[in-house]
Amino acid sequence: MIAVLALEDGTWYRGMSAGAPGETSGEVVFNTSMTGYQEVLTDPSYAGQIVTMTAPQIGNYGVAGADQESGAPKVAGFVMRDPSPISSNWRAQGTLRDYLVHHGIVAIGDIDTRVLTRKLRSGGVMRGVIATGSVDPEALVERARAIPHMEGSDLVKAVTCAEPYDFTTTLADAVTEASFGVPPIKRASKPLKVAAYDYGMKLNILRRLVAHGCEVRVFPATTPASEVLAWQPDGVFLSNGPGDPAAVTYAVDNIRTLVDTGVPMFGICLGHQLLALALGAKTYKLKFGHRGANHPVKQLDSGAIEITSQNHGFAVDPESLPETARVTHLNLYDGTVEGLRHVVKPVYSVQYHPEASPGPHDADYLFTQFIEEMERR
Amino acid sequence: MPKRTDIHRVLVIGSGPIVIGQACEFDYSGTQALKALKSEGLEVVLVNSNPATIMTDPELADRTYVEPLTADALEKVIEKERPDALLPTVGGQTALNLAVQLDELGVLKKYDVALIGAQIPAIKVAEDRLLFKNAMKEIGVDMPKSGVVKSLDEALALVEDTGFPAIIRPSFTMGGVGGGIAYNLEEFKEICSRGLSLSPVHEVLVEESVIGWKEFELEVMRDGADNFVVICSIENVDPMGVHTGDSITVAPALTLTDKEYQRMRDAARRIIRRVGVETGGSNIQFAVNPADGRMTVIEMNPRVSRSSALASKATGFPIAKIAAKLALGYRLDEIPNDITRLTPASFEPTIDYVVVKIPRWNFEKFPQADRTLTTQMKSVGEVMAIGRTFKEAFLKGVRSLEMGKEGLLFRRPDPPDDRAGAEDEQEEEDALLRRRLVVPTDRRMWALFRALDKGWSVERIHELTRIDPWFLDQFASLVELRRTAEMIGLRDMSHDLMRTLKRAGFGDQELAHILGADASAIRERRIEMGLVPAFKRIDTCAAEFESFTPYMYSSFEESCEADPTGTPKVIILGSGPNRIGQGIEFDYCCCHAVFGFHKESFETIMVNCNPETVSTDYDTADRLYFEPLTFEDVMAIIERERQGNPDVSCVVQFGGQTPLKLALGLQDAGVKILGTSPDSIDLAEDRQRFAQLLWDLGIPQPASGTATSKAEAREVASRVGFPVVVRPSYVLGGRNMAIVYDVATLDRYMATAVDVSHDRPILIDRFLEHAKEIDVDCVADATGAVIVGGIMEHIEEAGIHSGDSSCVVPPPYVPEKHLATIRDYSRRIARALKVVGLMNTQYAIKDDTVYVLEVNPRASRTVPYLAKAMGVPLAQIAARVMAGRTLESLGLVEDLTPTGVFVKSPVFPFVRFPGVDTILGPEMKSTGEVMGGAGSFGMAFAKAMLGVGQRLPESGAVCVSVNNDDKAEVLPIARELAALGFNIVGTRGTAAYLRTHGIDASVVYKVNEGRPSLADEIVNRKIDMVINTPLGRESFFDDKAVRRAAMMTGVPCITTITGAAAAVQAIRALRSEGLDVRALQDYHSEVKAETA
Repeated sequence: MIAVLALEDGTWYRGMSAGAPGETSGEVVFNTSMTGYQEVLTDPSYAGQIVTMTAPQIGNYGVAGADQESGAPKVAGFVMRDPSPISSNWRAQGTLRDYLVHHGIVAIGDIDTRVLTRKLRSGGVMRGVIATGSVDPEALVERARAIPHMEGSDLVKAVTCAEPYDFTTTLADAVTEASFGVPPIKRASKPLKVAAYDYGMKLNILRRLVAHGCEVRVFPATTPASEVLAWQPDGVFLSNGPGDPAAVTYAVDNIRTLVDTGVPMFGICLGHQLLALALGAKTYKLKFGHRGANHPVKQLDSGAIEITSQNHGFAVDPESLPETARVTHLNLYDGTVEGLRHVVKPVYSVQYHPEASPGPHDADYLFTQFIEEMERR
Repeated sequence: MPKRTDIHRVLVIGSGPIVIGQACEFDYSGTQALKALKSEGLEVVLVNSNPATIMTDPELADRTYVEPLTADALEKVIEKERPDALLPTVGGQTALNLAVQLDELGVLKKYDVALIGAQIPAIKVAEDRLLFKNAMKEIGVDMPKSGVVKSLDEALALVEDTGFPAIIRPSFTMGGVGGGIAYNLEEFKEICSRGLSLSPVHEVLVEESVIGWKEFELEVMRDGADNFVVICSIENVDPMGVHTGDSITVAPALTLTDKEYQRMRDAARRIIRRVGVETGGSNIQFAVNPADGRMTVIEMNPRVSRSSALASKATGFPIAKIAAKLALGYRLDEIPNDITRLTPASFEPTIDYVVVKIPRWNFEKFPQADRTLTTQMKSVGEVMAIGRTFKEAFLKGVRSLEMGKEGLLFRRPDPPDDRAGAEDEQEEEDALLRRRLVVPTDRRMWALFRALDKGWSVERIHELTRIDPWFLDQFASLVELRRTAEMIGLRDMSHDLMRTLKRAGFGDQELAHILGADASAIRERRIEMGLVPAFKRIDTCAAEFESFTPYMYSSFEESCEADPTGTPKVIILGSGPNRIGQGIEFDYCCCHAVFGFHKESFETIMVNCNPETVSTDYDTADRLYFEPLTFEDVMAIIERERQGNPDVSCVVQFGGQTPLKLALGLQDAGVKILGTSPDSIDLAEDRQRFAQLLWDLGIPQPASGTATSKAEAREVASRVGFPVVVRPSYVLGGRNMAIVYDVATLDRYMATAVDVSHDRPILIDRFLEHAKEIDVDCVADATGAVIVGGIMEHIEEAGIHSGDSSCVVPPPYVPEKHLATIRDYSRRIARALKVVGLMNTQYAIKDDTVYVLEVNPRASRTVPYLAKAMGVPLAQIAARVMAGRTLESLGLVEDLTPTGVFVKSPVFPFVRFPGVDTILGPEMKSTGEVMGGAGSFGMAFAKAMLGVGQRLPESGAVCVSVNNDDKAEVLPIARELAALGFNIVGTRGTAAYLRTHGIDASVVYKVNEGRPSLADEIVNRKIDMVINTPLGRESFFDDKAVRRAAMMTGVPCITTITGAAAAVQAIRALRSEGLDVRALQDYHSEVKAETA
């Protein structure tokens, strides 16, 4: 079946439907990872986005339950060059196409994803629509123009959990195989209680926390700080998630309260942006964001380079950082802030994804650091 | 960590002659390293025995030694140049081994030379199986289970752990003799018992078999601060069991989940750290069990490799260049990425296309060789193709192989056969096909497509080949597309179907074959439909950042990024995959053509599909198209480039036969061909026209004729007289060339000759026996000026392919009057053919007459060697002349003469092909060459012999066994050897002859006469050199065993009298002069020619 991808700038591309029939809309972004399409599909940070994979052969190894980063795909839509008709891997439980259809994800294949990527790179991310069947491309363009902008949108509420829950070890055991397959550098000497704010959290963060010896209770994004503190956590974790951080004001307020208590805190991605906002800094939207698994990040203290997994459209403005915080990591591609730390409190965060999945495991030490901060207390 | 300040002078070791497994990828990496080191302001000293390389161009290093790659020669160089450091990681295994040797001999310590790039312990851990295994155990990386046992009982205990199939390798047997794979206990007992008895130390290695597992490679880099990046992942389409050099491979890896890939990446990081490669690149191979994902490491190479060259070309990340900079102390983040300029090298390239590498074999040259692909590499070259999808890249790769009809993957299915007995035949064919799928050979891919064509399922083929079903499904969909296309036909073909076919990678030629139409009709039709390829850029980052390097590939996509400039441009067509007869020499010439046109202010555009070469480095030409060398692909580039500036011309002279085959087609399509006209090239190739030309010029040539049938051949042969040389038209490297002594053999030749047609008849020349052969390369300009670049005298006589013959400049034994004649003939022929550029001529001298054997108005194999000997870059001069310059304006007014004596000698791949005779003939068999330079012929020849790995003895025993014709001529040679103190041994006839002439020769049995035979004595190291001329044409193969024994033990075996005479001179020189080394720059400073 034919499908069309239309963009707000008036261009549209004809391809073949590669998922569920129907129509979808969102912010069109590209991801340069060569592996891990299923992790991308299920990463809640992609809520509201149509993701284009720059790697051309997608779906080759099928899909597997253990490769999910949340219960189901979260992307608004999916764009590929050459979707695989079959799956070939010992872990595969089905084909990508069946998976997308099953979860109602509209996807398009046979698209010149490189020309699309070049457009997004030079023109910035755009709003777009994918529709299958015989559709009027011009009408799709109009619809793309009517989608609300990502700036100012709180998408967290749509993906956070409804109730607090414990990410139990039994659950962790069930997904051990899906973890790194390598032991952590160091495990906590006795179980540490971590309260994790779920702004759209990837499962592998939970798996890594548990692997490092933490007992994790996951809290909905809107949970008041007092409720979290009442659980008496050893540390608070701020998760990744979708959308504009500046729109998630309730989270910023809670984080501000928590920072003041001196409880060790660790934030990833959206969690990092929210922490920066809580400390008084500002965030801004990047032209086309960072999405991939190959960005070099430099640890400013040691000078070491990490190859990182990235997925964000907003970033922290270093000029706006208050004196209470300092930049700890920089992106070597464009010099943007990749990590920060409170100068006195045991509070730090990174813009990228040390839990990887997909991507390299170079930054796993950040979890160890969290353990150490908590144990020091 | 900025650059180290304690290093000022670096010694770089090259990889020597091109051999199977170590080819021109090391010229590419070496050249990159030299440039990188020079750009850091270091003085660079290079040693490499291979003159056909760009890296040995005197401009690249400060001091260039084209000397044998032996520890003693290297010590001489170190003593003379006193480098601070040695970089051993860009010259393949050869350079690493030499570094270890120099360390063990104490040379590095004595002269205080620091190793950079890889330290001795790291090299040893990576090389030594046991050290490596222990190291892997230490860091928890899985390896195939294995153990060494000394008895059958031990073996039986061990196999319980390793399981079946089990691999058994006896220790210390040559070429793995006595080893095997056991699938059950009975086989295991049998092979182990045999192995234990064959092993001189009664020891076998028993190893868990990972045959059939998926095979992957990671190309990784590490800097001095422990930063680590993966440059490229490579997946082998052929599973474990076939050497990666013989496997079709694809980048990036396509069937690994992120979890599996990251686990591999983690292991790679631990491995490079544990092995201790402090800076630079490494290649790590993994096997993955497709059933449960178990991953084991197979091996690691702590240096740049063939795969790293492929990875560099596949990603645009220049591994060797970065490795050289890391060795100087830089960190990855301190080095910019050339392609994006703004981002650092400390990242992992991501690619938005698929790269397929396909090996190129040359088994047709070695009919007796076993074509089974094993863990020992047998291919001589490779192509790489880039497409947006696997299918597109794969089909582009197949057509890049230039295999003609044999390369076509798609056959029309046979019509239903209902004859009686057809079923049996069918069954037989199925059985054969099954075997071809199970046992990998160079033709397996074609068998696979045949099976798909016959409707065999992906599952069935997977069972037989163990190739991952994903790849098989891709192949199956190509076959499906082929079926649809055939069913619909060209007339009714819709735009959508044609677009789908082109996007799947089908070439016009392939479609023509499928649709039973002409390629030009297909082309016309698709252009009418608006289906032309777009060009995409290779940018290391999947378009995330802007790229500044015009490195491109074609794809049938919507948007083109070629962005041609408005400058007048020259397209240089490369030489495609390396093969015997068309190797690195032609890539060298293409590179120099680029340099020449660049100097003449043209924009230079390179088109080639060989990933191992310097020509496909993105900074060689102004623009690079990594594309197949076919009419379709080249025309698409020309048409696109014309949109920038209509002044686009093409150069076909430098890349061997590959571009020449395209010349006429391109010219017919209105493309301007620079230099000698395609018509002149054709004239020289067309026997009749050429014979007429020589007749008109009054230049003698052996009587000749052409034939397309047995009868015609007999007629020609009776006219010119036996023996005759027969060969097909338009071949390079003497493909299917033979010397025929009688009618019966001639008939047989004609009956089996391939591709004979009216346009391409068999050429038949009178063979001049015992003639001296001469090669001449010259350059001519449009004014008719001709400079002879060198007159090379072959050491072997006519009848042995010029590429397989050693040769020398200046010619030591050709009288001046003949040299004058040769110069005169060369000039007249060049003028008559209106040559603009290079021309190679082969002459024979017999009975005081100079004959012309062959003229090729194009770059030849000897051009780089002459350039090194003379200090004048002939190919570059030729390009500038083609751009309109005169030789005079380039400062060339006189024929060139060298200031020393330079011998070129070939190397052969026989050691890889058990059962193949090592005797030379008119069909070229060598894969590469070395050069030896000195003040005398003897010393130059001795060095050339050392360069090819033949250490001539300075004392000991020499065995002489020659045919009756040669007995008189071998006498002075034997006499001189005896005078030098050698013990002379002879086979019965020869020994008797020598004794009657006063030489005290003892007798040794021939192989069929008794034991210990000559072959035994060679193996027992009782004989230090053999002079063995074939015993006439009837018994061509009689002494095969002797020659093979000599080859396996490294004892020099000389098969011609002239070669023997040269060897004696060399031995004398070695004894009187001793080995000395001299840089090319020192030879050349005496050459006056001003070529600025």
